Formats: sequence, structure tokens, C-alpha cells
Amino acid sequence: MDILQTIKLAFRGIIDNKLRSFLTMLGIIIGVTSVIGLVSIGQGTTAKVTEQIQSMGANLLTVNIMGRGANTTLSYEQAMEFLKSPYISGVAPIISDSVTVEHGNENEENVQLQGTNEYLPAVRNYSVSSGRFFISQDVDMRRKVAVLGSGIASNLFGFVDPIGQTVKIKGYNFKVIGVMKSSSSMMGSTDEQVFIPITVAERILQSRGVRTIYIQAAGKEAVSSAKTEISTKLDKIYRVKSEDENYAYRIFDQSEMLDTINETSKTMTMMLGGIAAISLLVGGIGIMNIMLVSVTERTREIGIRKALGARKIDILNQFLIESLVLSGIGGVIGVAVGYLLSWGLGKAFSMSTKTTLPVVLIAFGFSIIVGVFFGIYPANKAGNLKPIDALRYE
Amino acid sequence: MVINLENVYKIYKMGDTAVHALDDVSLKIDEGEFVAIVGPSGSGKSTLMNILGCLDTPTKGKYEFEGRDVSRLNDNELAAIRNRRIGFVFQNFNLLPKLTALENVELPLMYAGKSAAFRRKRAREMLEAVGLGERLHHKPKELSGGQQQRVAIARALAADPPVILGDEPTGNLDTKSGREIMEIMKTLNKNGKTIILITHDLNIAKQAQRNVHIQDGKIVKDEKVVG
Ligand SMILES: Nc1ncnc2c1ncn2[C@@H]1O[C@H](COP(=O)(O)OP(=O)(O)OP(=O)(O)O)[C@@H](O)[C@H]1O
Ligand SMILES: [Mg+2]
Repeated sequence: MDILQTIKLAFRGIIDNKLRSFLTMLGIIIGVTSVIGLVSIGQGTTAKVTEQIQSMGANLLTVNIMGRGANTTLSYEQAMEFLKSPYISGVAPIISDSVTVEHGNENEENVQLQGTNEYLPAVRNYSVSSGRFFISQDVDMRRKVAVLGSGIASNLFGFVDPIGQTVKIKGYNFKVIGVMKSSSSMMGSTDEQVFIPITVAERILQSRGVRTIYIQAAGKEAVSSAKTEISTKLDKIYRVKSEDENYAYRIFDQSEMLDTINETSKTMTMMLGGIAAISLLVGGIGIMNIMLVSVTERTREIGIRKALGARKIDILNQFLIESLVLSGIGGVIGVAVGYLLSWGLGKAFSMSTKTTLPVVLIAFGFSIIVGVFFGIYPANKAGNLKPIDALRYE
Repeated sequence: MVINLENVYKIYKMGDTAVHALDDVSLKIDEGEFVAIVGPSGSGKSTLMNILGCLDTPTKGKYEFEGRDVSRLNDNELAAIRNRRIGFVFQNFNLLPKLTALENVELPLMYAGKSAAFRRKRAREMLEAVGLGERLHHKPKELSGGQQQRVAIARALAADPPVILGDEPTGNLDTKSGREIMEIMKTLNKNGKTIILITHDLNIAKQAQRNVHIQDGKIVKDEKVVG
């Protein structure tokens, strides 16, 4: 039995019955399209959220200090102790306040002043668009230098290059040494912030403690060890006895958050895909229906073929291949339409969609499986016809 | 001996009545014979032919084809016999309407597992032999009845089976086309094929070497044709 010949004949049969074949395939097309479309949206959203979280900085731990009793903050020096840990590669404590920033006649109110150190860009994945961020000497020598958020820079300086200019904060003059690259993530934007060395901030804000520390673990594997180490130290400082009684500080683990979100969106994607798969199943039932009609219509043909020496398996293969070709073509069209759909949705509604090869393969593979599964019964029925009964069929 | 029927019955149960389509039929046919089976309508000719062609099985009795007891053969073995040992020619041609003449003739070769190139070549030769070399790519409905029957003969001959069975192959044809088909049959018989034909037409039966008369499911006369 010649498979190639059979496939050719199956194609010819489909072309001979264009409308019927199309309607039969429609179920599969819609099924595959919706699987690909929905899963693409799911995966796109996951990818986008993941990217946003990761853009906050790799292996980031955020420590918030609430303190205990009168001891509500941590000193800069205490915070920097964490850097001794082998699991920690960067520590950026923050002292912050809302201030007014002036330049000439322009001024900006309610600016977030962030006193921090040279580790911040690495820890938070920030970068400057011009000039530079401050370095350890700036911090150690208490230099009055400032790095402006991009929004502040353009509000105060317009088209003038702010680098080397002076801004006034709390009555002190600061030399502008850099402008941050515009950024926005789930944890806010730097655009309306001004960064100065933490040692300077301590003085001009008359505040001797940090409430927020951004800590970068030395690697993905170091995150949990770093977390344990931080907890141990802070427990000692604030005399926290058990996890349940800990109101003194909080540690937010970015990777933990990522896992949770990934888990949730994976479930979502599976659910969407599952719902779409049901329509594939319905498409399969459509194929079975048409194949059964086809077997009845072609009973005589089956009889003739058997009289000429076709074995049961030959007839079975013939109908199975037709069912496969139907579902296969439906699958291919479905993949194409699904791809276009997710691309179009992405463009039209600026949704993030992501069509991955595995999804395409799974959706297509599923349509083939549907073709085989729902083709087997009609094909078997055709194969089992007795030659004389089939030949006599009117 | 190609065919050996011994006390064969075919009984159709219709409600409480049983129709004895074949009633204790015994028949032996040797290689190279040209046999015509004649009898009135409903006498059981087609029933007999279908059993001879391994399309149907007897209710009772023994049928040996080329010395093999057919009742002991499985579906695949029967398919192989129909494919390689027997060529069928039907009254209504039984060509596949969607296939061209060439593709119809290729069918038995396809089921015999022959290569595409061989099939094509052989089918073309067969069609040329029955005078249809110019009609290779015609669909059945684009051919006359006589031409369709010649395609059917080419198809029956494609796998080179030693036995040709015809159930009224000239029944749907005009006298001239019928005569042409009979000429082909006679030539085939001369070349060594065993030929068994059903016919109503005594003029056609006369062209065979042997006439088997059947009536009410029984063989009533089995005679050599003289002349
Ligand atoms: N499938 C069947 N079910 C019931 N009875 C049948 C069946 N096939 C044939 N018969 C009966 O068996 C008898 C013989 O039928 P058969 O077709 O062999 O006749 P025939 O000699 O070929 O007639 P014709 O010359 O008209 O073709 C008839 O009485 C017919 O009614
Ligand atoms: Mg008949």
C-alpha cells in the first residue's frame, strides 16, 4: 500500500469537497487557534511580569526596618556590616525625605531625596544617562554631589546640560554630577528622585538611621543564605525571639515573588489552554462525524477496493490518513491563524503575547492526535466491511 | 484444478423463510478452461460467482481454490488471492469514479505493493493492450460503456492473475461492444487464463468451451460446447 498515493488521494478528496472539508476542519482550526492565542497571551504576560521584576535588580532583597521601641532605625555603619557576608555582593541603604530642589528661579517641590551609596546602581539595576553616579570617595568624603532623576533634570534645566551645574537642597549647594536614565518598574520610578551620598543626607536631614536597605545577594543560590544571615543579625539587634513576633523588620525576596507570580501565571496559562483544548475536542468530534458519513457514502468504493485485493489494514489506513490530513491541514491553518491572532492582539491592544515553539508543537500535535483518535472508529468500521456487503451496497 | 466446489450451499434467512441461493452445488474447473455459467434471473449465478471469487463464503460445503481450502484462510490471505490470483470484471464495471483510467488500473498493483514507476508502466501497457492507449487520463464518466468495461478488464489483468471472473461483463453493453469484450476474453483464454463468465446471452455462452446451467440454486446441466 502506497502511503504517498493515499495522501495524494486524501488531498484530492478534500479539494473535491471544499466546503465540507473546510467546515470539518473549522473545529480544529478554531481549537488550535484558541490554544495558541490564549497560551501566547498567558505566556506573554508572564514574561512581561518576570522581566519587570527582574529589572528591579538581580537577586534583590529589600529590607524594611520598622524597629522596636525607641530603636526604630539602623545606622549606616550597621547596615554596611552586611557586606562582610560572602552571600552578599552589594548593600545600598537608603535615607529618604521629601524636599524642595531649587535651581536659579526654578524649583521642584516634593522631590524624593534619596541618600544612598555607590552600590545602588548595581543593586537596583539603575544607570545614568549622562555624567556618573557617585563613587565611594564621594560618600566617604561627604561630597555635596547630586544625581538627578530624568524628570527633575528636564524640569529644572530644560535643554541645558545639568552636569556641572548647581542645585540647592535644604539651603546647601550640590554639584550635579549625573542624570539617571529614565526608568519605571513595578517598584516606582527614579524620574522624580534626587540621589546624594548617604553621609551627606544624614547631616542635612538630621536623621541618623536607615529604614530601607537594598541588598544584592551574590548569586541566585546565595539568596536564601543571605536572607538567613540578615535575619540572624537583625534578630540580634532587635532581640526578636521568634518569626511570629517579628514586627521589627521585613525582608522582601524578589525571587520568591517571582516564583509565586510564575506559579500563578502557569496555572492561568494551563487553564486557558485547557479551555481551548476543549474546542479541539469538539473539532475532533466533527471530524469523526464527517468520516462516518464518508465511510457510508463510499461503502461501494470500499467493496471495489476489497475485490481488487485491499486488506483490512489498507482500507483502515486510507480512512485514517484522510482523517489525519483533515486534522493536519486544520492544524496548520490553526497554527498560522493563531500566530497571526496573537501577533495582531499584541499590536492592536499593545498586549504582550509570546508564541513559543513548544506551544505551537503541542497545539499541532494535539490536532494530529485528535485526528487519529476520532478517525480510528470510522476507519476501523470501513476496514471491517465484508467485501460482498460493501459491493452490494446501493 | 483451479476450482473445486463440493456440496456447497448458500442459504439466506429472510425472517422465517430461507432462500437457498445455492443448493448442493458441486463444480470442478481446470486451468485454462473457458466456462460460461447460464441460467434465469435469480437462479444463483452471482451468488456462485461471489463465492468463487472469495468475496463471499458458503453457508455449508467445501470450496478449494488452487488446492487451498478457502474456509481455512484468514482475511489477509483471501485479500491476497483476490489481488493476485483472480481478476474481476463486473456487469456495472465498478470503476472508481474519481480516479483516471490509469489510476483505476493501478489499484490492484498498489495493493500488491508494486512501486509507483512499475504500476504506471504496467497500467499503461494494459490499457494499450485493450485499445485505450489514448484514454489514459480520462475519468470513467468521460468514457463509453464499452471503454469503461475495457478499463475494467485492463484492471483485472494488471496483476496478471491466472483466473478471470466475469459477472455478465457484456450485460450493460451493446452487441458490438459486447463482441469486442468477448474477443478479448477469447484471446486471454488462448494465452492460458482460466475464464469463468456469467451470461444470459446464449450467443455469448456458445463462445465458451463449456456451459454450466443453473436453476433454483442447482446445477441442472454441465455440457461441452461443440463446434
Ligand atoms: N443478500 C441477499 N439476501 C437475501 N437473499 C439474497 C441475497 N442475495 C441474493 N439473494 C437471493 O438469492 C437468489 C440468487 O440470487 P443471485 O443474485 O445469485 O441471482 P442471479 O442468478 O445472479 O440473478 P441475475 O441474473 O438476475 O443477476 C435470489 O433469489 C436472491 O433473491
Ligand atoms: Mg447476478
